[in-house]
Amino acid sequence: MGILRKPRARRAWYQGFGALAINAWLPNWLSGQIFQGKVKGVCVPVLNCYSCPSALGACPIGAMQTFFAGLRFNLSVAEKKFGLYVIGLLGVVGSVVGRMPCGWLCPFGFLQELMHKIPTPKLRVPRFFSYFRYVFLAALVVALPLLIVDEMGFGQTWFCKWVCPAGTLEAGIPLVLLNEGLRGLVGFMYYWKVGLLVLFLGWMTVSRRPFCRAVCPLGAILGLFNKGSLFRMGVDDEKCTLCNKCRKDCPVDIKIYESANSPDCVRCLKCVDSCKYGAVSYEFLGKHEVSEDVRVKTPA
Amino acid sequence: MKRRLPWLLLTFFLGLMIAGLLLGEYKMVLEKAVTVCLDCIGIG
Repeated sequence: MGILRKPRARRAWYQGFGALAINAWLPNWLSGQIFQGKVKGVCVPVLNCYSCPSALGACPIGAMQTFFAGLRFNLSVAEKKFGLYVIGLLGVVGSVVGRMPCGWLCPFGFLQELMHKIPTPKLRVPRFFSYFRYVFLAALVVALPLLIVDEMGFGQTWFCKWVCPAGTLEAGIPLVLLNEGLRGLVGFMYYWKVGLLVLFLGWMTVSRRPFCRAVCPLGAILGLFNKGSLFRMGVDDEKCTLCNKCRKDCPVDIKIYESANSPDCVRCLKCVDSCKYGAVSYEFLGKHEVSEDVRVKTPA
Repeated sequence: MKRRLPWLLLTFFLGLMIAGLLLGEYKMVLEKAVTVCLDCIGIG
């Protein structure tokens, strides 16, 4: 019996619960303040803006950029703050389950899956777009915050500032609507970010989880662990008929039979249910589940 | 055959995380997280 058989049938509930649990301080949606409890120093393993009024935890990508942006100043005053906590925490999550939080907990991933249900013509995201998320990670999360600094030695959080549509949706729009003081500060940057969010929302309706696949730097980091994590996907080449049913059902449109632990895979495990030939499996700490082979029940 | 790589990775990154906590990085994340991030909301 697979440990994830029942949860898998209710993945959308887990995604909804994850979004709510990570953003549980709901009274702040009325006051326009952000949650300020001590637990907020804990990074969540998903892209969730810490300036969302109800966010209980910190965004790991925002926190990582903050460390890189402050690194040169901190070194100049002999402060030993390298971002090891955030890198270590993401590494721990990645080594255990790889990119699974993207498929089960991420509010922005969930939003993309919901938007894709809107009936519109659908477009595939070209496979080479997957490489762009490493460019976003290397350039906007690491290099630019480290390299472009002011006279004090402080850099900027480039990804948050110029790209992150999750921040605009979860924090930018609600905080500006709820705070008169912030409304007076709205300018070009705000409209740029809202415009980008609108573009992403449109892209989500026609393509499957495009932000996760082409942009998300957190997905890029966690995806690197997919091949080396305790949780493993597997495909039995002898049973696989290349029918492509798994790809049709996959929220990130991958061919799992080509690379079972692809960095693109968000480990939602839909393919385990999709495969009718018993070819797809997963393994975690000695527990193992193989998709059901219908041919065993209905011999030709 | 038992796979060692995940356990090695887990140990290494757990060590990094603990080192970061010992260096007081949690406090730095907390300080950032409890302040409205103007960059994130498009006002910075």
